[in-house]
Amino acid sequence: MEGGALGLSPEEWQAVRLSLAVALRSVAFGLPPAVLAAWLLARGRFPGRALLDALVHLPLVMPPVVVGWLLLVTFGVRGPVGALLNDWFGLRLVFTTAGASLATAVMSFPLIVRAVRLSLDAVDPGLEAAARSLGAGPLDRFLTVTLPLALPGILSGAVTAFAAGLGEFGAVITFASNIPGETQTLPLAIYAATQTPGGEATAARLAGFSLVLAVAGLLLAEMLGRRMRVLLGQGPR
Amino acid sequence: MPHGPDPLRPPLEVALRHRFPDGGGNAGFALDAAFTAPAGRVTALFGPSGCGKSTVLAAVAGLLRPDAGRILLGATVLLDSAARRVLPPEKRRCGVVFQDARLFPHLSVEGNLRYGQRRAPREAEGEEPSFGEVVALLGIEPLLGRRPAALSGGERQRVALGRALLARPRLLLLDEPMAALDAGRKAELLPFLARLRQRLRIPLLYVTHALEEVDHLADRMVLMQAGRVLAEDTPEALSLRTDLPLLALRRDAGAVLACTVLEHLPDRGLSRLSFAGGTLLVSLLAAAPGSALRLRMRARDVSIATQRPAGLSVQNILPAEIEAIESPRPAEIMLRLKVGDTRILSRITRDAIVRLALVPGMPVWALVKSVAFSATTPEAGGPASE
Repeated sequence: MEGGALGLSPEEWQAVRLSLAVALRSVAFGLPPAVLAAWLLARGRFPGRALLDALVHLPLVMPPVVVGWLLLVTFGVRGPVGALLNDWFGLRLVFTTAGASLATAVMSFPLIVRAVRLSLDAVDPGLEAAARSLGAGPLDRFLTVTLPLALPGILSGAVTAFAAGLGEFGAVITFASNIPGETQTLPLAIYAATQTPGGEATAARLAGFSLVLAVAGLLLAEMLGRRMRVLLGQGPR
Repeated sequence: MPHGPDPLRPPLEVALRHRFPDGGGNAGFALDAAFTAPAGRVTALFGPSGCGKSTVLAAVAGLLRPDAGRILLGATVLLDSAARRVLPPEKRRCGVVFQDARLFPHLSVEGNLRYGQRRAPREAEGEEPSFGEVVALLGIEPLLGRRPAALSGGERQRVALGRALLARPRLLLLDEPMAALDAGRKAELLPFLARLRQRLRIPLLYVTHALEEVDHLADRMVLMQAGRVLAEDTPEALSLRTDLPLLALRRDAGAVLACTVLEHLPDRGLSRLSFAGGTLLVSLLAAAPGSALRLRMRARDVSIATQRPAGLSVQNILPAEIEAIESPRPAEIMLRLKVGDTRILSRITRDAIVRLALVPGMPVWALVKSVAFSATTPEAGGPASE
């Protein structure tokens, strides 16, 4: 096989680019609802809080294939949500890049929620009380005090989810299938290569690349977190 | 001294009942307190730790919901549990200075100061000092660009005070603002509080368990113990009450006297002060002549002589008349003495009463050393005649 940039072939690069795009989208769309869920779980006192907590953590404990299957049932063209999306917006999620992103987002959702919730819990409620006495309403307080102070945790949670999203396999292959250029992300390409005679070299190159990406992601999360804490006046200067 | 009460500036009226859940730090008593804090005055909520004074302040700020109560600021209802009316804290416009400052760590000092200012309604009544005025008043100009983490404890409290003031509060609440500071930082913050007290036109509620802060700053004192208000009066009047063990049994119990600096005698190392009972010579003070200050004449520093003594180092020999002989503790006597138009206290032994055959109505001499007066910073920089 002809070596392209960094020794990867154009097909292999396609899998890498697709993985990055899917992981990025999954974080971009997953982050706002995750922050909301984390805030509800950290500060909310409402009936059904335990249920929400369980629901959020479900993807963490369920086999990814089951998550993919549930998505297929729900968002498939005949599924209750999928049919509506298809009829109203002409939007089809199964077997598409968007579908792969959705599956990845669902799988990494608990990761982000946990990270955000930990950092929300670490915000001193006394500071929120101070903001309150200075005339800040609930949303105002959240946006000007709670969120900025929780930002390091939120950012490192997002980067971790991004790194984990690069490797999502079971849910993606079940819901979005393994279509090169559409839904064939890094792990799916590695899987496909191992199933192909003579694909060992491709598998090894892609696996090595995955490893580098994962380590880079973790280092970036750590660095961002530290930089943010200094910026927020919490860490060592 | 602060200007007289202004009918346009509403006082704060507080009446609260609250039972703490069992197991809490305040378990064992219920809060049941009522008092009034006039506008333009500093009302000190004074009492031992855990007496419920901070709870009262939190309830006024709205950060704690009492079981029952009524909190009025003039015609504005902050809380009326009977009518089921509660104004949320963000609508109360109470400036709060917390013991731990609670500056926003992600904002600069200026960002902190502007936080409340941006959210204050422009047309509303309340304190309305400008940004520059507050910065000058509190001496925080050089700190504006810094982060709270880079400030000392005293600086933090000054910034917190400025932040509260700039929110145009209708009421200022200070929750033991000096409790977390060492003696040096306290001395640094006190003059700023004193200056603030002078130009304030809203009620200021000052929670503390330090009597010297009350002596320096308070116009009125609400004495609290175990959730109840024991007494409410000026610090001068309360300092003469021998029936309040919380005050009378303290080592520093004694008359609080409103004084005016008459002159300094640097060559003698003394300052001459006038008070309602005559003049006093005390160790040299820093306050300018004409300025007003309060002195605490501790009862244990006041000796009694039945004849005018001679050949004594004691500088202050005041003609007095015994008004009452009281006994807050069995072995100990507290004499209430009439000196001119005012009263002072003297703590002596029962033995001294017997030896000198002291009886009420008897003329005596009250002796106080100049160095007995704890050095006090001026409580207000301006002239007494203001």
